[in-house]
Amino acid sequence: MRGLTFDVAHLLAGTLVLVSFLELYQDRLSALLNMFALHAFVLALSVAWQAYAQHAPHLFVTAAIALVFKAIIIPVALHRIIMRLGIHREIEKVVGVGPAMLLGMGLVALSMVVMLRVTTEADPLAREDLAFALSVVLLGLLMMVTRRNAVSQVVGFMSLENGLVLAATGAKGMPLVVEISVAFSILIALIVIGIFLFRIRERFDSVDLQALDRFRGERR
Amino acid sequence: MTVAVALLCVVALLSLAVAALAIGRSPAATPIVYGGCIAVSSVALLSGLSQLLGGAAPASIALPLGLPWIGAHFRIDALSAFFLIVVDLGAAGASLYALGYGRHEQAPQRVLPFYPAFLAGMNLVVLADDAFSFLVSWEFMSLSSWALVMAHHRVGDNARAGYVYLVMASFGTLMLLLAFGLLAGPDGGYAFADIRAAHPSAVLAALAFCLTLLGAGSKAGLVPLHVWLPLAHPAAPSHVSALMSGVMTKVAVYGFVRIVFDLLGAPSWWWSMVVLALAGISSVLGVLHALMQSDLKRLLAYSTVENIGIIFVGLGLSLAFETHGMAWAAALAFTAAMLHVFNHSLFKSLLFFGAGAVLTATGERNMERLGGLIQRMPQTAFAFLVGCAAISALPPLNGFASEWLTFQAILLSPQLPSWGLKFLVPAVGALLALSAALAAACFVRAFGISFLGRARSAAAKMAHEVDRWSLTAMSCCAALCLAAGIVPGLFIDALAPAVQGLIGTRMPTQVNVDWLSIVPIAESRSSYNGLLVFLFMVISGTLAAFAIHRLASDRLRRAPAWDCGYPDASPVTQYSASGFAQPIRRVFGTAAFGAREQVEMPAPGEQRPARLTVTLHDPIWDALYAPIAAGIMLAAERLNRLQFLTIRQFLSLVFAALVILLLVLALWP
Amino acid sequence: MAVIADTAVQGAQMLLVLLLAPLLTGFVRKVKARLLRRRGPSVIQPYRDLVRLMRKEVVLAENASWLFRVIPYLVFAATWVAASLVPTFRTGLQFSWSADLIAIIALLGSARFFLALAGLDVGTSFGGIGASREVMIASLAEPAMIMIVFTLALIAGSTQLSTMAGFMVSPVVGLRVSLALALLGLIMVAIAENARIPVDNPATHLELTMVHEAMVLEYSGRHLALIELSASLKLLLYISLLACLFVPWGMAGAGANPGALALGVVACIGKLAAGGFLLAVFETAIAKMRVFRVPEFLGAALMLGLLATLLRFVSGSL
Repeated sequence: MRGLTFDVAHLLAGTLVLVSFLELYQDRLSALLNMFALHAFVLALSVAWQAYAQHAPHLFVTAAIALVFKAIIIPVALHRIIMRLGIHREIEKVVGVGPAMLLGMGLVALSMVVMLRVTTEADPLAREDLAFALSVVLLGLLMMVTRRNAVSQVVGFMSLENGLVLAATGAKGMPLVVEISVAFSILIALIVIGIFLFRIRERFDSVDLQALDRFRGERR
Repeated sequence: MTVAVALLCVVALLSLAVAALAIGRSPAATPIVYGGCIAVSSVALLSGLSQLLGGAAPASIALPLGLPWIGAHFRIDALSAFFLIVVDLGAAGASLYALGYGRHEQAPQRVLPFYPAFLAGMNLVVLADDAFSFLVSWEFMSLSSWALVMAHHRVGDNARAGYVYLVMASFGTLMLLLAFGLLAGPDGGYAFADIRAAHPSAVLAALAFCLTLLGAGSKAGLVPLHVWLPLAHPAAPSHVSALMSGVMTKVAVYGFVRIVFDLLGAPSWWWSMVVLALAGISSVLGVLHALMQSDLKRLLAYSTVENIGIIFVGLGLSLAFETHGMAWAAALAFTAAMLHVFNHSLFKSLLFFGAGAVLTATGERNMERLGGLIQRMPQTAFAFLVGCAAISALPPLNGFASEWLTFQAILLSPQLPSWGLKFLVPAVGALLALSAALAAACFVRAFGISFLGRARSAAAKMAHEVDRWSLTAMSCCAALCLAAGIVPGLFIDALAPAVQGLIGTRMPTQVNVDWLSIVPIAESRSSYNGLLVFLFMVISGTLAAFAIHRLASDRLRRAPAWDCGYPDASPVTQYSASGFAQPIRRVFGTAAFGAREQVEMPAPGEQRPARLTVTLHDPIWDALYAPIAAGIMLAAERLNRLQFLTIRQFLSLVFAALVILLLVLALWP
Repeated sequence: MAVIADTAVQGAQMLLVLLLAPLLTGFVRKVKARLLRRRGPSVIQPYRDLVRLMRKEVVLAENASWLFRVIPYLVFAATWVAASLVPTFRTGLQFSWSADLIAIIALLGSARFFLALAGLDVGTSFGGIGASREVMIASLAEPAMIMIVFTLALIAGSTQLSTMAGFMVSPVVGLRVSLALALLGLIMVAIAENARIPVDNPATHLELTMVHEAMVLEYSGRHLALIELSASLKLLLYISLLACLFVPWGMAGAGANPGALALGVVACIGKLAAGGFLLAVFETAIAKMRVFRVPEFLGAALMLGLLATLLRFVSGSL
């Protein structure tokens, strides 16, 4: 019994890392948003499994929040935004897909080394889940760093947050209050970002960050 | 006894060299010298075989030559016997080839005296048992090969190639000198037996390891010390290139193995990681560079860098297993490396012989001006095809057997407890797999563009088959490649005494396994049977051919090739070598060596052609060698002012040096 | 007695793969046609095509060499030997110990090596374009496959396919992350190696979109029949490899009775049909990638294999 729980939890955590890699691989914005919806869906499944394995029913609520907000509402909203802004095109990349994948591999290796060496006395299930969660966080950061499109930065930020949720549920301690507050803050942040995207697009006709960089004051 | 025989062979080679100095210009010199080399190499080969297969105890001899308080020690144990076999098999093959190839030599007096000297040097290195004779033989080998590289010094870039080779060879010898100095210690125990018995401190051993890696690695061709190899190996005559790539690099591997595995004692935890990292990078960078070359011999030289990387991956894994006490796994990895040493010397010699044959027949080394040679030079083409298939690790040839063993060694690595190795070994495995696939691509290109298709120049159209000495040498190498691929178990068992002597254990005896398979550990884990695979393929192929010709149809008719409605006779419209490599250059090249393509299109109405320029540069040269060379030039220019001092200033320099030395003597506690 | 039975089973395996391969190709084409609302050719049309091609006269280009004429037999021999060693209806084949999964992949690699040489032999630009693109694809697909083999070997403890299949059937195996990654990677590599959409279009007539078809453009008659049969064999090999490793239930063990063998054959045919159906649906649902997107695709497969191997090195339970 424990063996199956172990394996399914790891399988779902590993699938989350895999979907993070798939997000790095995407060429076009709408495909990226679909990947992000998948990311949130896998997170919801993972949290639900943890709720079942740890006999912690409040985590089911977390899973439901992840599913409804992050897998359905936010991707649909972002789809609408990019349709309205007319930026449903290719994602401008700083680093190509190949080198980004290699860097991602290096980051996964790094998080494995760090987590598995630092937590030698902890429960094996939690240790490896934490290693995967750190990988997801680092991959989300990599996404934000290597993509110039503002919407892809939003997606990277959301994936990073998904990684944090995975870590928190894996480490067996996430009161519902914290989760609700985190979820609402994410929602607010998204609304703010959406508003800013509209304004930026109106003024500059583009959301390419490199183009926007020209308008910063105080050049070096 | 065997030592004495081997040393007598060396003396015979040296006397051949001296004789060649005397009779160099006469037309009979070529067959005499090369024939003599074949005979002497065969005797040395037999003595090596008898030592390795006969299982005699290591024999040594101390001669009163050289420095009076050291003497000259020579010893033959299983490892020396194995490398003696590799050296002399290569030497015999090259000399046989040169009996035919050497007739086309324009200046035989520049080649003939140094060739037996080169062979003598290589044999001596393998036999040396003390640091002094090792270093003297190493340097002798380097200098004689330098003389051979400079044999055609007015042609093209050869003078620069010789210069770079000389600098790098001196660097390598300096590193080895320092390493031996450290190991011999202040008492000056230069004999290998003394060095083996002394137990250096960890710091000293680490320093000696780094120096050995730099010294032997530069001669073998490990990245980043490989830059001389693609310049020097193509510059020499083809039989010498075969020896340099196929045999001299293996002598460098011998040097590394002898010092690190035998003389240094127990390895530290980080030695294997350095070796593995450098080896993985060498294998991929070597083959990527090879894919970009149009010169056939430079392509083969870069491919040598790749195969040296593969050998050092095996050696690195063996070091890793030895560090953590897994002796049986270390034996497997070491056997894989040694088998690849033997296999590579065979197929690289074969490929260089083929390139030399093409050069003799057409006068061209540039693949862009070859093509269609399979019709004009059928036997050479067949032998070259066997060589290409062997180096691409296709079953049932020998390249696959050693690569399979290396992969099996990698699959044992999860049992290593070190964290660094847990991450490095999968990465090195991926690099090894990548280099194997790219090597296949490289040799499809090399054979396809040079031998297949239509002739791209008049020289290729007028090519003719080469003489039978060259063909015999190539056929023997090809036959040995097939034999080593079909019954690798025999060769693994022959290697076992060498492995046993260094690691302590050996792979299980292969000859007793059913049907002559090779089994690295135990039957249920993995096994491979080259003979059965070969028989299966032959039987199914002939069965299919027979059945179809009998039952279906065997008619045939010749017609023009499909031209999509645009008839053209120009062979220039075929794929060129750089065009064939373009997709790979685009995928890997921008990262690995900054490949840039530039197209200049003429304006509409202009008559001039469009131009495509591809620029490649070697990042290692720019990042490592160019700054060092610039720094040395700067320092040399500054110091040049010392040349123009007055007499009084020179005297004050001498005076200052004398006073300083006296001060040091006075203040020394 | 047992030796004779085992040899008979090995022979039956060799015949079975040879007979089923064109049927599989025909089935895939039929499903694709149906999905596109066409009637499509009959499922046994590939057999008719092969027989027709075998009877035709070979038309050779004027400067084609002896190598060009030998290569179809070489390619067929290598592919047939490789396909005979992948367990379809029974594990523990007589000669399964003579070539493990690495050797099987290397055999397919040698078939590809010679096919690329055939493309270059006639000296036209079409063969060149096919050969150069094929080696670019192979330079990434083969390392990805080797890394996947490493992952599976590290899980199952051996590179022999029969041992792997036996391990996958046992309850010890569990749902591992590295297995999931290896499955995804193997599917990606299988698509690339068999020249299927989205990597290459097997039904195209435009030379600029060809990879595999361009290499064999000059072949005709019995040579073309052998090459097409080899391509069908390769597809069958990859689908039965996926089935043997990831869906191994239904395969008879070594020394099983005829009833279990018959069940194994039925299960094998069912798995091939399912695999063919899924392939047809996937090919119809997706568009072909442009050529320089393929290295990114295969690079992702290589990363998946590397990640899976890394996870196996790092932890025994992953």
